[in-house]
Amino acid sequence: MTISIDPQKTNNESLQPKGWLRYFSFSLDHKVIGIQYLVCGFLFYLIGGTLASAIRIELASPMSDFMPRDVYNQVLTLHGTIMIFLWIVPVVNGAFGNYLIPFYVGARDMAFPRLNAVAFWLIPPSGLMLVASYFVEGAAQAGWTAYPPLSITTPQSGQIIWILSVLLLGGSSIFGGINFIATIIKLRRPGLKLMQLPMYCWAMLGTSLLVVLSTPVLAGTLILLSFDIIANTGFFNPVLGGNVVVYQHLFWFYSHPAVYIMVLPAFGLVSEILPVHARKPLFGYTTMVFSIMGIVVLGLVVWAHHMFTSGTPPWMRLFFTIATAFIAVPTGIKFFNWVATLWGGKISINSAMLFSCGFIINFVFGGITGVALAQVPFDIHVHDTYFVVAHFHYIVYGGTVFIIFSSIYHWFPKVSGKMLNEKLGIIHFIITFIGFNLCFAPQHWLGLNGMPRRVAEYDPQFQFVNQISSLGALLMAISTIPFLVNVFLSVRNGKDAGDNPWNALTPEWLTSSPPPVENWEGEAPLVEEPYGYGKENS
Amino acid sequence: MLNKNIYLILIISFVFAISFWIGFNVNLLPAEASINAPIYDELFKILFITGLIIFIGMTIAVIYSLFKFRKRNDQIGDGIALEGNLSLEIVWTIIPSIIVLLIGLYSYNIYDRMGGMQELNHNHEMMSSNSEKIWAGISQTSDNAMAINNLSIEVSAMQFAFLFNYPKGNFISGELHVPVDQKVSMKMESKDVIHAFWVPEFRIKQDIIPGQPTILNFTPTKVGKYPIICAELCGPYHGGMRASIIVEEESDYNEWFNKNKKPEVNL
Repeated sequence: MTISIDPQKTNNESLQPKGWLRYFSFSLDHKVIGIQYLVCGFLFYLIGGTLASAIRIELASPMSDFMPRDVYNQVLTLHGTIMIFLWIVPVVNGAFGNYLIPFYVGARDMAFPRLNAVAFWLIPPSGLMLVASYFVEGAAQAGWTAYPPLSITTPQSGQIIWILSVLLLGGSSIFGGINFIATIIKLRRPGLKLMQLPMYCWAMLGTSLLVVLSTPVLAGTLILLSFDIIANTGFFNPVLGGNVVVYQHLFWFYSHPAVYIMVLPAFGLVSEILPVHARKPLFGYTTMVFSIMGIVVLGLVVWAHHMFTSGTPPWMRLFFTIATAFIAVPTGIKFFNWVATLWGGKISINSAMLFSCGFIINFVFGGITGVALAQVPFDIHVHDTYFVVAHFHYIVYGGTVFIIFSSIYHWFPKVSGKMLNEKLGIIHFIITFIGFNLCFAPQHWLGLNGMPRRVAEYDPQFQFVNQISSLGALLMAISTIPFLVNVFLSVRNGKDAGDNPWNALTPEWLTSSPPPVENWEGEAPLVEEPYGYGKENS
Repeated sequence: MLNKNIYLILIISFVFAISFWIGFNVNLLPAEASINAPIYDELFKILFITGLIIFIGMTIAVIYSLFKFRKRNDQIGDGIALEGNLSLEIVWTIIPSIIVLLIGLYSYNIYDRMGGMQELNHNHEMMSSNSEKIWAGISQTSDNAMAINNLSIEVSAMQFAFLFNYPKGNFISGELHVPVDQKVSMKMESKDVIHAFWVPEFRIKQDIIPGQPTILNFTPTKVGKYPIICAELCGPYHGGMRASIIVEEESDYNEWFNKNKKPEVNL
C-alpha cells in the first residue's frame, strides 16, 4: 500500500517550476525544502563567519581600533544570533530533517507539506530583516542573550527588530518540530517498528519535543521584553519594579535546551554516517535511544547553570550542578558507542569519516570543559569569560558544524547524483581542524587568566594569545574556499555517483540519485535493519 | 591474549602518567591572592587531570581505530556484525556516573569551604562565631549584614565605572584599597544595567544587579595590585570598565584610609 499524504499537493505538482527554479518556489517537496534550508543556512553562515572574522580582527590588537565600540557590540550580537537561529538550528533540524526523515519512515513527504514550506519561508525574510536592522539605527547590541536592562536601554529599533526576527524564527522552528513529531509517529510505513528506525529519527523526535516544549517560553519572554521596550511596562525593568533575574530564568529555560536542539540532531547524523563508512552495525542501538531521551529530560532541568553568578540561592546552585553534570552520563554513553562502532570495522578514511572523527575529538573536549563548568565553584571564576566562549564553540562548531560538513560529504551524492572530490574534502578537513583548534583552544587560557567575553579591548598581556586565536580564525575562513570550489566543480563535472555509492543500507540509498519527486518509483521499501552491516542477508 | 592485556595496561598507565604530569606541571591559572584561590586551584587540578585522562584516552581510541581498522586496498566486505554488548554498556554507564557523582560531591565540599553554602542573611551570627569561613556567595541583604569586625564596603556600579564607598570613613574611592589578611564584605548594587565584579587573582565573581543588592565576601592574602574587571556585557565601553584593587599591609592601608577620611557631617 502506498501512503498518499495530500491529494491536493499531487494535483499542484504540475504547476511547480522544474529544474533549479524550484528552489526559489513555494515547493512542497520535502527534498526541495531540505535543500532550501541548507543553502539558505549556508549563506547566513557566510555572513555570520564574516562577522566572526571582524571580531577576530578587532581582537588582534588590545585597543578598540578596528570598528566603533557600539558597532562591535552589534557585530557580536548578530554573529551569535545568525549562527544559532539562521545556520545551526535550521540546518541540522530543517535541512537534514526534511531531506531524510520521510525516507527513514518510508513516507512520500512530511506530514504537513504546506506547514513545512511556510516554516522554511519564514526564515529568509526574518534573517534579512535582522541583517538589515544594522542599516536602520544600528542592530541590537545587547548580545544574543538580550539581558535587560541593557536591552531596554540600548537603541530601540534594533532591539525590536531583533525580537521580531527571533520570534519568527522560533515560530518556524515550532512548525518544523510539530511536523517532525507527526511524521515520525504517524507516517511510518506499515510494518516499520519504532525500534527499527534509523537513529536520526530518534534524535529528531527528541529534538522536536524540546523545540515544542521550550521555544514557546522564549517567545513569551521576548514578547514581554518588547512590551518593556515599546510600551514602558515593567516586567523586567528594575526602574519600574521589574526583576531582571526572572528574565534570565525564562530566557535560559529555552536557551539551554537550544544547545540540545543544536547537538542532538548532530548525534543522530553521526550515528548514520559512522556505520556506513566503518561497515559495522551501530553499536548499542537501544542504549543510544534511551540516552537521547535521557538527554531530552535532563536538558530541560539544567538552565540555571548559566546563572551561577546571578542572584541564585545556594540550594539552586547545587541542584543545577548535579543535574548538569549528569548529562555527561547519557552523552558519554553515546561517545563510547560510537568508538565501539569504529572498533573492528573496515573503515574508509574519507572526508565524511574524518569530519565525524574530528567531531568526536572536539566534542569530547567541549564536553569535559562542560562538566567542569557545571561545578559552581569552578564556574564562578570563569563565567562570562573567554573560557566559556571556547567551551561552547567546541560544542557548536567543533561538534555540530563538523557534523554538518560530514553530512554534506556523505549525502551530496544522493542529493546531486555526483561525487564530491575526496582530495579537496580532505584538504578542507585538515585546514578546518587545525584552524578551529588554533582559534579556540588558546581561548581557554585567556578566560582562566582574566579576559572577559564580549569585549573590544583587553589587557595588552593577552595580545600574543589573541593573535594566535585570530590566526586560527583566518585558517577557518580560508577552509571554506576548498569546500565551495569542491561543491561547484562537483555539481558540474563530478563523477557519477550511482544510486548507492557507499553501499549503505538506510532507505534513502534504495532509490535513484537524485530521488524522484515522491521518493520511490514503486512502494517504499521496508528496512528492518538499517545497520545490518556484516550480516549474511545484507 | 596476555600480550594484548599488557599493551592495554601499558597504554592506560601512560595516559594516567602523562595526565598527572601535565596536571602538576602546567600552570594555567593566574597568581593566588585570596583564601579562595588555593581552594579553587585544588578543584581545578582535579578536574584538569580527570579531564585529561578522559580526553587523551578517547583521542587515542579514535585514532587507533582509524589506523588499525582502516580498510586496506585489497579488502572487500564488511566488518564484524557486532551490534552491542550489554555488560560493556553497563560498565560505561556506571563508571561515568560514579565519576560525575564523586566530582559533584567534591565540588560541593569545595564550594562549602569557599563559604558558598552560608546563608548570608544570617552572617551577623557567623561573624561573631569568629569562624574562618569566607564567602563568595550572595543572597538578599539585610541591614545587619555588615558586621563591625569586618571591613564593610558599599560598591556601586554604573556605565562604565565602579565606585567604592567606605561608610566608616565617609568617603568614596574609585580604587579599592583593602588590608591584607582581613575579611572584606561588600554590598553591591548597580545604578543602571547588570555589571559583574571579577578579580581573577581572587577566583571570585558576582553579578551586580540593579534593584537587587548582592553580597560578596573575600579575604585577600597577598599584597599587590590586581585588576577588577566587569564581566557582564554592559554597553559600548564594557571592555574598558575596569578598576584596581590594592591589597596592602595594614599600616599602609590605615595611612591611606586616614588621608581620605572625611569627618561625619551631623545635621
